Amino acid sequence: MDETSSGTETATEVEQSPAEVEAEEEREAIDAMAVGAPAELLVDSLGEYLRAWGQRIRSGDSGALPIVVGLVVIVIFFQVERSQFLSSLNIVNLLVQAAVFVLLGAAEIYALVLSEIDLSVGYVAAVAGFVIAELIAPPVNLPWWLGILGGFGVAAAIGLLQGSLITRLHVPSFVVTLAGLLFFEGIMIELANIDKTAVGGVIGISSSSPVYKLVNSNMSPALGWILLVVVIGLFALVSITRAARRRAQGLSAPPLSITLVTIGVAAIGGILLVFVCNRNRGLLITLKGVPWVIPFVGVVLLLWSVLLGRTKLGRYIYAIGANPEAARRAGINVAWIRTFGFMFCSLTAGMAGLVYESRLGSMATDIDGGSLVLYAVAAAVIGGASLFGGRGKPIHALLGGILIAAVFNGLGLMGISAAGQDIATAIVLLVAAAVDALVRRRGSAIV
Amino acid sequence: MSTGNSQLAEDGTQRGAANGTPLLSLRGISKSFGPVRALTRVDLDIPAGQVTALAGDNGAGKSVTIKTISGLWEPDGGELLWEGKPVRLHSPKDAEALGVTTIYQDLALCDNLDIVANMFLGHEPLRRGLLDEGSMELAARHTLEELSVKTIRSIRQPVASLSGGQRQSVAVAKALLHQSKLVIMDEPTAALGVAQTRMVLELIKSLSSRGVAVMVISHNLNDVFTVADRIAILHLGRMVAQGPISSFDTQVVVEYMTTGRSSRPVGDGNVPASVTGEEK
Repeated sequence: MDETSSGTETATEVEQSPAEVEAEEEREAIDAMAVGAPAELLVDSLGEYLRAWGQRIRSGDSGALPIVVGLVVIVIFFQVERSQFLSSLNIVNLLVQAAVFVLLGAAEIYALVLSEIDLSVGYVAAVAGFVIAELIAPPVNLPWWLGILGGFGVAAAIGLLQGSLITRLHVPSFVVTLAGLLFFEGIMIELANIDKTAVGGVIGISSSSPVYKLVNSNMSPALGWILLVVVIGLFALVSITRAARRRAQGLSAPPLSITLVTIGVAAIGGILLVFVCNRNRGLLITLKGVPWVIPFVGVVLLLWSVLLGRTKLGRYIYAIGANPEAARRAGINVAWIRTFGFMFCSLTAGMAGLVYESRLGSMATDIDGGSLVLYAVAAAVIGGASLFGGRGKPIHALLGGILIAAVFNGLGLMGISAAGQDIATAIVLLVAAAVDALVRRRGSAIV
Repeated sequence: MSTGNSQLAEDGTQRGAANGTPLLSLRGISKSFGPVRALTRVDLDIPAGQVTALAGDNGAGKSVTIKTISGLWEPDGGELLWEGKPVRLHSPKDAEALGVTTIYQDLALCDNLDIVANMFLGHEPLRRGLLDEGSMELAARHTLEELSVKTIRSIRQPVASLSGGQRQSVAVAKALLHQSKLVIMDEPTAALGVAQTRMVLELIKSLSSRGVAVMVISHNLNDVFTVADRIAILHLGRMVAQGPISSFDTQVVVEYMTTGRSSRPVGDGNVPASVTGEEK
């Protein structure tokens, strides 16, 4: 391992065109080069790191960049059109609006990474919502946490059932979950019929219940700041110790300056978020603080990121999504991992159902689960997940969900109708997918 | 694993103790699919630390032979001797437990995962319940260095970005990492360019020099003569010749592959009983 020579290698390659890189590949087969870490891990200085990053983007591994750029463009456009777009009230509103899309998108990520699809997430969310609402309302009157547990349990069981049908009977997931879409809409209506308190298919949620407060109640400004300090502190601790451990093991790690910049960026983002939420955004009464739903979604995304990125189960989900035969030969129980994937998909959909009913303060049979599933897929794909399997992260659902919510929110502020909102969302979806395809095709010259 | 799935012969220990026992011997292996006899009393020795080439025309039984060794199909007759002891392979898991790795042409790699993740797929070490990326990366790097693989720039790049030869390196390194004793490679140089082929042949030599038994199935006789220490030739399901590569030349091998016999027979006693008809 010769770090300096590899560093120089990186620097020279920045200047190359794709054709030259291809020639380089041929030479590589003969020339001896060091086996080592990714280009950006071999560099020592911040400047070299940024250069390596630029090279990676040009080589097609654009990561989240296109979607972030798209989000910035959309935000600037709406802010120019409507100055209240970036007001505290509207930003918080937008984030709360995004929560359902983000969670449904995160649910869909599991199916998409497995190279499958789940069309039932919208009505699975609805069923979970009804189960929670009925368990905590009269006449059952269970404590709120038991109600939530019940709803999540039902959602997970639905996922296990659909996953088993897909993996054991070899029915395509498209068909099983299409049947699920219809079936669980029916089940949802039945659930509303059974409950005599549900007048007109609507079950109210008591405003004193934590289920209601999840979206409609804020933590105190002080608690918001304390939580932020704790989160950033933990993030810094984990980043720095991980880099230190890698160096101690003799592995390459990003230079300390990079780690510090990452922590700094995260801290600035967090401070902005808490600052915006802690300003008084009430029109008549005082309204400030971070809504509880924001840390809720954050924790779910963090958990799912760890599960997919750092556990065997997650690794196997990616492996199966790319090459099920390779996974099978590696001794992985492909059927069970797939089934678990669908279970986590439905469970996350159940969480979306919780946020949905909390925001409305009620659960009603007019929920449009058919459209919700399409927004779920759109959020995941806009964010950067692949429809062809093997690629996608929970963070993609976050970016895609926020972008969809921004489009809805902004067009709503401009007074554009639902029809216009649908058309605009469709265009955003197509542009996102096309930009992604273009960037990746440039990369395929090297791949 | 071995107690449940392998059966020790009564005299197994005696035979196994003899020095120079091949790592794996096939004795009178037969396999039929309905009326089709795919293998007829095939004898084959695969010694450790050597490269054995398995040659034969299409339909000669090469695939059936490697699938029998890798536990995919159980033979109808004959026995497999692993280090001199009879074993039965009911499934690929049994073969894997013995230390047999088969690298098929499609290589069974996941394009979206990086080299380290592919090498450890299905065998990831954990640290506090999470994947231990550090120790995986160290072991992967060590193994690739051991194999003198120098063309891979980063072991954290996705396998999708690798050339055909580099992908072969990853598959071979995976076998070495899991301490395989026998690595079977199906057409490892098919569809590779000149430089890449040379690289893979070096890799095979490097693998066998570490005491691993390697069996290579190849149509390319140039490659066979470059890399193999021994050659075994199948013709219509029968083993027609086998021995050190030095006692063969291209013409003789081609004759055996196409007609099952040679105008200049290689009769150094290595031709097995199934061909000469004599019983041991």
